[in-house]
Amino acid sequence: MSDVVEVRGLRKVYPMGDDEVVALGGVDLSIAKGEFIAVMGPSGSGKSTFMQIVGMLDRATAGTYLFEGNDVAKFSDDDRADVRSRRLGFVFQSYNLLPRTSALENVELPMVYAGVPPEQRRDIALEKMDIIGIKALADHMPNQMSGGQQQRIAIARSLVNDPALILADEPTGALDTKTSRDVMRLFSDLNAHRNITIMLVTHEPDVAAFAKRIVTFRDGHILSDIPNVERAA
Amino acid sequence: MNLRATLLLAVQALVRNKVRSSLTMLGIVIGVAAVIITVAIGAGARVSVQQSIASLGSNLIVVQPGSVTQGGVRTGFGGASTLTPQDGLAVAQLPGVAAVSPIVSVHSQVVAGGNNWQTQLTGVAPTYTYIKAWSLASGRFLSESDVASIAKVAVLGQTVVSQLFPNGSSPIGKTIIIKGSPFTVIGTMTALGQSGMGQDQDDVVLIPYSSAMERLTGLTTVNLLMISATTAAQVNPVQAEVTALLARRHRIVPPQPYDFQVRNLQAFAQAASSTGAVMELLLAGVAAVSLLVGGIGIMNIMMVSVTERTREIGLRMAVGARARTILNQFLTESIVLSTIGGVIGVVVGLLGTVLVAQLAKWPTLVPAGWVFASVGFSAMVGIFFGYYPAQKAANLSPIEALRFE
Ligand SMILES: Nc1ncnc2c1ncn2[C@@H]1O[C@H](COP(=O)(O)OP(=O)(O)OP(=O)(O)O)[C@@H](O)[C@H]1O
Ligand SMILES: [Mg+2]
Repeated sequence: MSDVVEVRGLRKVYPMGDDEVVALGGVDLSIAKGEFIAVMGPSGSGKSTFMQIVGMLDRATAGTYLFEGNDVAKFSDDDRADVRSRRLGFVFQSYNLLPRTSALENVELPMVYAGVPPEQRRDIALEKMDIIGIKALADHMPNQMSGGQQQRIAIARSLVNDPALILADEPTGALDTKTSRDVMRLFSDLNAHRNITIMLVTHEPDVAAFAKRIVTFRDGHILSDIPNVERAA
Repeated sequence: MNLRATLLLAVQALVRNKVRSSLTMLGIVIGVAAVIITVAIGAGARVSVQQSIASLGSNLIVVQPGSVTQGGVRTGFGGASTLTPQDGLAVAQLPGVAAVSPIVSVHSQVVAGGNNWQTQLTGVAPTYTYIKAWSLASGRFLSESDVASIAKVAVLGQTVVSQLFPNGSSPIGKTIIIKGSPFTVIGTMTALGQSGMGQDQDDVVLIPYSSAMERLTGLTTVNLLMISATTAAQVNPVQAEVTALLARRHRIVPPQPYDFQVRNLQAFAQAASSTGAVMELLLAGVAAVSLLVGGIGIMNIMMVSVTERTREIGLRMAVGARARTILNQFLTESIVLSTIGGVIGVVVGLLGTVLVAQLAKWPTLVPAGWVFASVGFSAMVGIFFGYYPAQKAANLSPIEALRFE
C-alpha cells in the first residue's frame, strides 16, 4: 500500500516584484497511514506553504507530489477540489466557521460538496460531533461558542468525509494552554483509536509533544525529522 | 452539485442575511411594480378608448356639416347647418348602407313631477338602436310613425331615469316636460356607463328627430347623420358614395369646398389605439429603467457580499467546492433575489393597480404577458448583474481568500 503523501524535491517560489522568495527549497517527506506528525520551525520557514501544497490549496513550483499514489501535478482544479472534499480535512487557526450558521450545518458543509444526500449528512455530522463530545452544541451559532468549542466544531467538520489526512495549521494558536491541551488530546485520541492520519503545524513544544513524529523546518528545508520517543511506541 | 442543492445553498445564504436580502430585493420589487402599474394604466386607457369607439356603433360613418368658408372666415365643423333629414333618406338608398339616423342634439331641462334634471336631448330615428348597438331595457323604442307624426314620446337613459324617478317606480307611461311640452315616456335604455372620454352615456333623453326639430330647435337641419355600413369592408366605399351623393344634393361644384365632412371611425380607432400602444410602450420603457436600476443595486450588493464573504468562499473551496459550484451559488443567490423580488413586485403592482383603479377611477388592465415578462426580465437582471460578482468569487484563490481579513 502506498503512503498517503509522498513528496520529493518539493519547491515553492513566490515572485516578489523583480525578486523572488524561495518558501520551499526542495523538501522530501513521506506520510504513512496512521501517522501523527507535528511540523515545527521558526516563522517564515515554510510550514504553512508546505501544508497548503500538501492540502492541494496551492500548487508546487517544482518537485513531485504523490497523494495516495496519484501524481497531483496531473490533477485539474476540479480534481483537486474533489480530493479536498473527499480525502482531506482542514483545521485552521481561526476556526473558519460560517457565521450565522448552526454548528450542525457547519459540520455538514464538506458533505454538501461531496454530494452526500441531506438525510445522511445530518446523521454523519451528529455521529462525528458525538465522538468529539460536542453533540449538545449542534444548534448553537458560532458566535455563541467559546474558541475551544468552535475549534472542536471545526475538527468535527474535518472528520465527516473520513479523510485520508487531516491538515491542521496552528490549530491551538488562538487557544489558551488548557484548551490547547484538550484539543490536542482529542487529536491524539482520534489518531490512536481511529487510526486517523494527522499533520499539524505548531510553534509550541507542549503541543508538538502530543505527536508521534516531529518534523522541523528551517529556511524552506527540513532540518530534522525525528520520532517522538515518548509517543511513538 | 445538482440544482436543488445549489438552490438550497443560495436560499440559506440569503436567509442568513435577511435585512440585506430584503433591501436588495426592494429595488427589483419597485421596478417590477412600476412596470405593472404603468402598463396596466396604459393598457386600460387603450382598451377603454377602443371600447368607447366600438360603443359608438359598428361600421359607423358620421357626416358632420361645416367647413364652409364665408367671407374668408372658416367656421369649424358644425358651424353651418346644411344637413337635412332628406339627405339622410337619400343616403339610406345607397347600396352598402344598413341604416341611417339623423341626430339632433339639444341641452335642456327636463321635469317630471317634482324632479328636474339638465340633460342631453337627442333627436334620433328608429334605426338609432341598431347603429349604436344599444338595446332597450323596458318599454318600446321610437317608431317610424312616431317620427312621421312628430310624436311627443321619449325614451330615457338610465341616469335620467334615476334622476327623474328616484323612487324606483317605472317611468313608462309617465309624462315629462321638455321646454314646456309634455312628452310621454315609452321606454328606457340599458345602462352603457361612462364613455372613454369620461362622459356619462346614460345621461340622455331620446326623442324622434322630427319632434326635436319641430319643438326644440325650430330648424330644418340636423347636427349629424349617423350611417352604419353593412360590413366593415363596405365602410370605405360607402364613405365615398355618401360624399359624392351629398355633394350632388348640395350642388357643390369643384373647386367649391364641401359644406360637410364624412368621417369613419375606423381610422380614428386605429389612430387612437396606436397612440395608446406607443404611450404604453413609453411608460413601460420608463418603468423598465427603474428595473435596470434595481439590477445595478443587486450587482452592487453582490459585489459587497463577495468581498465580505471572501473567507467564507475560501473555506468552501478548502472543503471541496469547485470554482463552478461557487459561481453557481452566487449566481443563484442573485437570480433567487431578483426573481422573488420580481414576484413580490408583481403582487405589489397588482395591488397598486387595484388601488389606482379604485382611487383615481382610471380604467386599468393588466395584460398577463407583461406579468410573465416582468418576472422573466427580473430573473434575467439577476443573471446579468449577478454574473460578474459570481465570477469574481469563483476566481478567488482559496489560500488568498482564507487569509483575507
Ligand atoms: N503569497 C505569498 N507571496 C509571497 N511570499 C510568500 C507568500 N506566502 C508566503 N510567503 C513567504 O514564504 C515564506 C514561508 O512562509 P510560510 O507562511 O510558509 O511560513 P511559516 O513557516 O508558516 O511561518 P509562520 O510560522 O509565521 O506561520 C516566508 O518568507 C513568506 O514571506
Ligand atoms: Mg504559518
